[in-house]
Amino acid sequence: MRQIQAGLALAYRDLLKFLRDPVRLASTFVFPFAFIGILGGSFQASFGRESGMDFMAFVFTGVLAQTLFQSSAMGIVSLIEDRENDFSQEVFVAPISRYTIILGKIAGESLVALAQGLGILAFALILRVDLSWGQALALLPATLVVCLFGGAFGVLILGTLSSQRAANQIFPFIMLPQFFTAGVFNRIDHLPPALDLLSRISPMRYAVDLTRGVFYADRADAASAVLVSPAANLALMTLLFGIFLVVGTARFVRRETEG
Amino acid sequence: MEPVIQVSELVKRYRKAERNAVDGVSFAVEPGSFFALLGPNGAGKTTTISVLTTTLRPTSGQLRVAGHDLLREPDAVRRQLGIIFQKPSLDLNLTAEENVRLHAVLYGLYPMRPAYRLMPAGYRAQVQHLAEVLGIAGEMSQPVRTFSGGMRRKLEIVRSLIHEPRVLFLDEPTTGLDPASRRDLWAYLKAVRQRGGTTVFLTTHYIEEAEAADRICVIHRGRVVSLGSTDEVKADLVEDYVSIDAEDGAALAAELEGLGARFAPDPELGGFRVAVKGAGIHPLLAAVRTPLTRVRTHTPTLEEAYLEILERS
Repeated sequence: MRQIQAGLALAYRDLLKFLRDPVRLASTFVFPFAFIGILGGSFQASFGRESGMDFMAFVFTGVLAQTLFQSSAMGIVSLIEDRENDFSQEVFVAPISRYTIILGKIAGESLVALAQGLGILAFALILRVDLSWGQALALLPATLVVCLFGGAFGVLILGTLSSQRAANQIFPFIMLPQFFTAGVFNRIDHLPPALDLLSRISPMRYAVDLTRGVFYADRADAASAVLVSPAANLALMTLLFGIFLVVGTARFVRRETEG
Repeated sequence: MEPVIQVSELVKRYRKAERNAVDGVSFAVEPGSFFALLGPNGAGKTTTISVLTTTLRPTSGQLRVAGHDLLREPDAVRRQLGIIFQKPSLDLNLTAEENVRLHAVLYGLYPMRPAYRLMPAGYRAQVQHLAEVLGIAGEMSQPVRTFSGGMRRKLEIVRSLIHEPRVLFLDEPTTGLDPASRRDLWAYLKAVRQRGGTTVFLTTHYIEEAEAADRICVIHRGRVVSLGSTDEVKADLVEDYVSIDAEDGAALAAELEGLGARFAPDPELGGFRVAVKGAGIHPLLAAVRTPLTRVRTHTPTLEEAYLEILERS
């Protein structure tokens, strides 16, 4: 019970931190709005009628998953920043498990990402994405899974990078290629073998495909957007979640305590 | 009574380092005492305190803190510790009270609630009391970002005492504080010790701060150079001496030689420094026939003893 309370307290701290940072708050909505509105809109105008594809829906689901996955992962990496600001010392000398600290951090960053997700859903309605209330409700648990998965991926990165400077330099190289290999804006069902391999080892691919699987569940054009069933994505993501969490936490704690 | 901290042959070598940061350090701290770990920058003080507070794993050595084995029961040890780090470890995004609340929940004292007024009455009373004692009760709802360095230190004390620790670790706590804040900090800590019997473990490179301690451990280059009370450390490191002089310096030197005294030229005052040993200097001075022009006794300060260490190494 004490561990749960401690995890909740750490999660609450992350949410407060997010809500009290107006610059971060504003910037988290600007990119999704630009991606869905401008990119989705222009794709739809250019290729939509010709290909018969609903690009607004395709880009919306991709950007929703990408934003939540990336936000959670980046939030976890902020533990490095905490360490450099010495706040993490206070947390790491508390009588709680290291896994509680990491899980509390994932929960907090997932809350933050979900708040962003609600904003993206609102944009989707404004931009007239074809989205029913049923679909919006179904997306909620899916997005929670995506947040947790992104958080676990962040823990793996956290266990690998040693400084905020390294994180700032390397993180874009880890994230940006996944925009394309995970199919956030583009279809990835017919890729050349090398790109296909890259796509399959991109964790974001499974987050995007799970989100699309849920969104397109009752749509006729599901075959053109979804790669595998949500159940298959969920199984793989659960396995990867465990691996990322255990390996990342063990590496992070070892580096913290061995100096 | 079992020491509250027992360190035996502690060794810590960082990865890729060529020498040990802490190299076979041993000491014990009595419950309720004020213990100071004194040494210059890079002596191994922060490494030692990091190991004792479980944030750093030792390379070897046996450590017991508050009755628990540090390696086998780190959680039990952490529950008994309060820590004030060298750099403030507050969350600047939160208010002062939110920082304390987070700490109280992490230590399992109270359940988490999203607002101060929803927290249990016991918590509110405890925070109010500690904040009043430290003179920051009126600022507890303010963001920490707006606090001065002295106020942040006070807040860290409120936070570190909320779970009533048996040992309070302070790692160079006055670094960056103005003289008034520094004086206040020591006054509060003295009150804390008197009230709750909390053991205070201080690392510092300020000699005047260590001088007030019950026991001092001087470390340099990862090794213990001296350990004991202030007087013992001084006696251990620097000899008492008497500086004497005479019109006929050569005759005085010959006479001292003849009496078997241990002496050397006094580089500061001229004449000679005669070491004071055992029964004291009086029998020797009584035996000297050469008329003396100066007799001045010298008792070393802790600062001299400390500088002696640095010069020797």
